[in-house]
Amino acid sequence: MCLSIPARIRDIEGETATVEVGGSLYRAGLQMLDDVQPGDYVLLHAGFAIQKISDREAQETLQLLREMGELE
Amino acid sequence: MRYVDEYRDRRLVDKLVRRIASTAQRGYVFMEVCGGHTMAIHRFGIPSLLPGNIRLKSGPGCPVCVTGKSYIDRAIAYARMTDNIICTYGDLLRVPGSYSSLHEQRSGGTDIRIVYSLLEALEVARQHPHKRVVFLGIGFETTAPASAVGIMQARREGLDNFFVYSSHKLMPPAMEAIVEEGVPIDGYLCPGHVSTITGSGIYSHIPRNYGLGCVVSGFEPSDILQSILMLVEQMEDRRPGVEIQYRRAVKPQGNEKAQQYMEEVFEPRDDWWRGLGILPQSGLGIRDAYAGFDAEKQMPVEVETRDDDRGWICGDILKGLRGPHDCKLFGSVCTPFQPVGACMVSSEGACQASYKYRSFR
Ligand code: SF4
Repeated sequence: MCLSIPARIRDIEGETATVEVGGSLYRAGLQMLDDVQPGDYVLLHAGFAIQKISDREAQETLQLLREMGELE
Repeated sequence: MRYVDEYRDRRLVDKLVRRIASTAQRGYVFMEVCGGHTMAIHRFGIPSLLPGNIRLKSGPGCPVCVTGKSYIDRAIAYARMTDNIICTYGDLLRVPGSYSSLHEQRSGGTDIRIVYSLLEALEVARQHPHKRVVFLGIGFETTAPASAVGIMQARREGLDNFFVYSSHKLMPPAMEAIVEEGVPIDGYLCPGHVSTITGSGIYSHIPRNYGLGCVVSGFEPSDILQSILMLVEQMEDRRPGVEIQYRRAVKPQGNEKAQQYMEEVFEPRDDWWRGLGILPQSGLGIRDAYAGFDAEKQMPVEVETRDDDRGWICGDILKGLRGPHDCKLFGSVCTPFQPVGACMVSSEGACQASYKYRSFR
């Protein structure tokens, strides 16, 4: 129910996208998002894309963690 | 980037664990209020990685678990009406109602279909114009917009045989209720996907009024550990606030388009939660403007509900007062194969997660 998974958009047809998760294809409603394109990653939740995943934020979070100094 | 593996990096995980241990000068208890977090925490064995002074508790974050028997009873009543087809997310099937479950009804031949998405339910309605299709709308702010989109779509198409039976619920009232009940916690691991829709502002009164930390967390091991570290830092520095760890998917303002759909179709109403009872303005009912799609208004039924969780402690589990291992039914009478209580039915329930991953906490 609360599971949402990162999915990559393959094609868009009207308000529906074909998205890919680990090699499997699913249909996703795009009603909740503006300007998404093939290649974008979105969060797929119960058949709808609920948010675009921000690559910049993702990279920044990881970078921050990798650079995090150790206290001891 | 696939936004999964990078966050499971063992070195990052170890580093975070050491950092948490060296930062926490006292003991802390944090509560997760999202079924997805409960599952991830057990699956990745997070409790066993954490230093002994940091404990995690599950709260009322599994939509199936907090849904009452009366909802199931009524859904069954709808299922039994001739010419009705019920469409539901699979999670709800085995939840015990007062006398039966949807699963039992289905085995008995009632037309109950499992759908992965509400869009499939709309399709069923299109294909069966002479039947009434009732979609069981459960879930928090993450799934409510989907139900709203579906209802608006049905209106646009003039689909007059599509109905939603809403049990959608709102997270913040439950988080307040937990604190008001005096459940001892120091902060919340706030639900990531709820926040994707709502934004992080919905939690701001929690640090302000109760002095608890709040961090909106992602679902991978390093996400969860980083969020715990952020909570520890908030509490050590005595500056409880709302922070977003899950920044790749959550914006402070949330998904405004989804919020508009929700606002258009639903309005807050008092609602019943297993464990917490009736919480004011904690549920979403369908607005009068869309009454034609509201199963409750279009198909009134009387059901007699027996809400008697004899000897079970599901309610206390959902409040974080006790853990699965405190229930005498856990693992013996109550298992995922033969669930007695709702927390064992759902894969996001504390009892099932605990059983499946053999984790103790
Ligand atoms: S073990 Fe079963 S009956 Fe006991 S609290 Fe968990 S779900 Fe409820």
